[in-house]
Amino acid sequence: MNRSLYLRRRIINAITLSISVLTVAFALFWLCWILFTLFSHGLQHLSLSLFTRNTPPPGSNGGLLNAITGSLYMVVIATLAGTPVGILAGTYLAEFGRDGWLAPATRFINDILLSAPSIVIGLFVYEVAVYPAGHFSGWAGILALALIVLPVVVRTTENMLQLVPNTLREAAAALGAPQWKIVTLVAYRAAKAGMLTGVLLAVARISGETAPLLFTALNNQFGSNDLSGPMASLAVIIFQFAMSPYEDWHHLAWAGALLITLFVLGLNILARTVFRRGAAAHG
Amino acid sequence: MNMLNFPASILPQRTQLPDIAFRSITRFFAFLVFSILFGILITLLIASLPTFKAFGLHFFVSDAWNPVTGDFGAVVPIYGTLVTSLIAMLIGIPVSFGIALFITELSPVWLKRPLGIAIELLAGIPSIIYGMWGLFVFAPWFADNAQPWISDHMGSLPLLGQLFQGPNMGIGMLTAGIILAIMVIPFISSVMRDVFEIVPPMLKESAYGLGATTWEVVRNIVLPYTKIGVVGGIMLGLGRALGETMAVTFVIGNAHELSVSLLMPGNTISSALANEFTEAVGDLYTSSLITLGLALFVITFIVLACAKLLLLKLAAREGKQA
Repeated sequence: MNRSLYLRRRIINAITLSISVLTVAFALFWLCWILFTLFSHGLQHLSLSLFTRNTPPPGSNGGLLNAITGSLYMVVIATLAGTPVGILAGTYLAEFGRDGWLAPATRFINDILLSAPSIVIGLFVYEVAVYPAGHFSGWAGILALALIVLPVVVRTTENMLQLVPNTLREAAAALGAPQWKIVTLVAYRAAKAGMLTGVLLAVARISGETAPLLFTALNNQFGSNDLSGPMASLAVIIFQFAMSPYEDWHHLAWAGALLITLFVLGLNILARTVFRRGAAAHG
Repeated sequence: MNMLNFPASILPQRTQLPDIAFRSITRFFAFLVFSILFGILITLLIASLPTFKAFGLHFFVSDAWNPVTGDFGAVVPIYGTLVTSLIAMLIGIPVSFGIALFITELSPVWLKRPLGIAIELLAGIPSIIYGMWGLFVFAPWFADNAQPWISDHMGSLPLLGQLFQGPNMGIGMLTAGIILAIMVIPFISSVMRDVFEIVPPMLKESAYGLGATTWEVVRNIVLPYTKIGVVGGIMLGLGRALGETMAVTFVIGNAHELSVSLLMPGNTISSALANEFTEAVGDLYTSSLITLGLALFVITFIVLACAKLLLLKLAAREGKQA
């Protein structure tokens, strides 16, 4: 009797643990399948002309130059705009928000913004920037992307500042440093690597974003450096080309998809390395 | 908390002004972040007014969607959003649980890091890539290999059978749900892993010491201890699934029809927006789409707020015990 109970428990244990191993295999299977597809379709269409020519009309040759530059413009400016705002807001949460309602409420709302559907951000920016202006524009796209950068930077800044040991701040205070110097010269420096990681992750996040750009920057078949007009971006071009019935547009879409994925995954890995270096330097 | 709040009197006079300025600036930007959410809500509400004027609350119970006659209703996209997310959760939750269990209890130490990275790669792949892969690779494969089997074997079940009858097109709500499941697995499993790791080792070791098997430890010690956090993680994943746009837009088929079968094309709020918003003609059409966006925002807000509250509750309990 006792023996059969023991056996039964062991069998149940073995079954559940095998299922657990299978679930891991299940997840890895999809990852490998997606990456394999991406490389097998994307690599054969990678060429130098991707970077030197603009997107073509269907049936002729071309590249993705206007899409790549458009994405670069918007991602860089959105990051430059969103990062300082995010850092300052995160600083308030970590350094000054001990009393009052603002810090806990902001922390809560920021976490919701972090996972809010990006297409709704696109709608919001359409209403406040595109509709009143009467036309789609690169600036509207930048505003939408900056709104996505913001919560990521706020969150990591706050977390990283929380990790800075209080003794550092106390030492600076004991030397007579005013609070703003303690924060900018001591706390920021100690949290530098972590904050940079946050910015890199934010860049990775917006580089692949398509939904918020659909109603804001729209698209542009021609090379354009005019941010006040519609602007092409890699993600939106991939969407448009992949949904089209044209074979050669599909090829460009696959090449673009490979580029964007390599860029985003590369940034993720870079962010991890920066973070680990920073952690090692402190540890 | 890391902050030093000195009473103003002990600080030398000259340092006060920059300090106050710095603090006010950071508070201003924190307030800005705080107000974004309300800005979005109010803006969408104002833009939805024409819809409410035309249809009232009837909008949310009508399944009409006719741009020509200007008759709109939210039932089809809301139904599609909920059904695809439900499928994603049915697949995603057990798989995420298995992964978290493997990483925290079974994995050898050397495997933990690469496995964590692999799962994070899955989270890092942009959603448009999932969509392309779904449209060009997964949907044709699904139509040729899985769907005939599904409609043959499950289509004849009583009651449930209706869910699985239909042409083998590949695209449809089931396909969208499966792809969403793959996308939420990394989010749910990483929260589950994190909360599993806060279980005090002493509790687990006591159970092992009494002769419990690994599964019994997980079932009777780890899960009860972390259940709030586990539910929080699931809600977080649900929030992601509800709002996901690009991956779904590619494979859902964008059909404004209410169909019982999961193999039929449908629509979700986000895919309707992505497909139709820039082409919408007329104020009422645009406004109806924005009202859909508002509905999506409110639903995800509620789900994410619940997730956050549950996780906070777990963290607070942890804090008390520590």
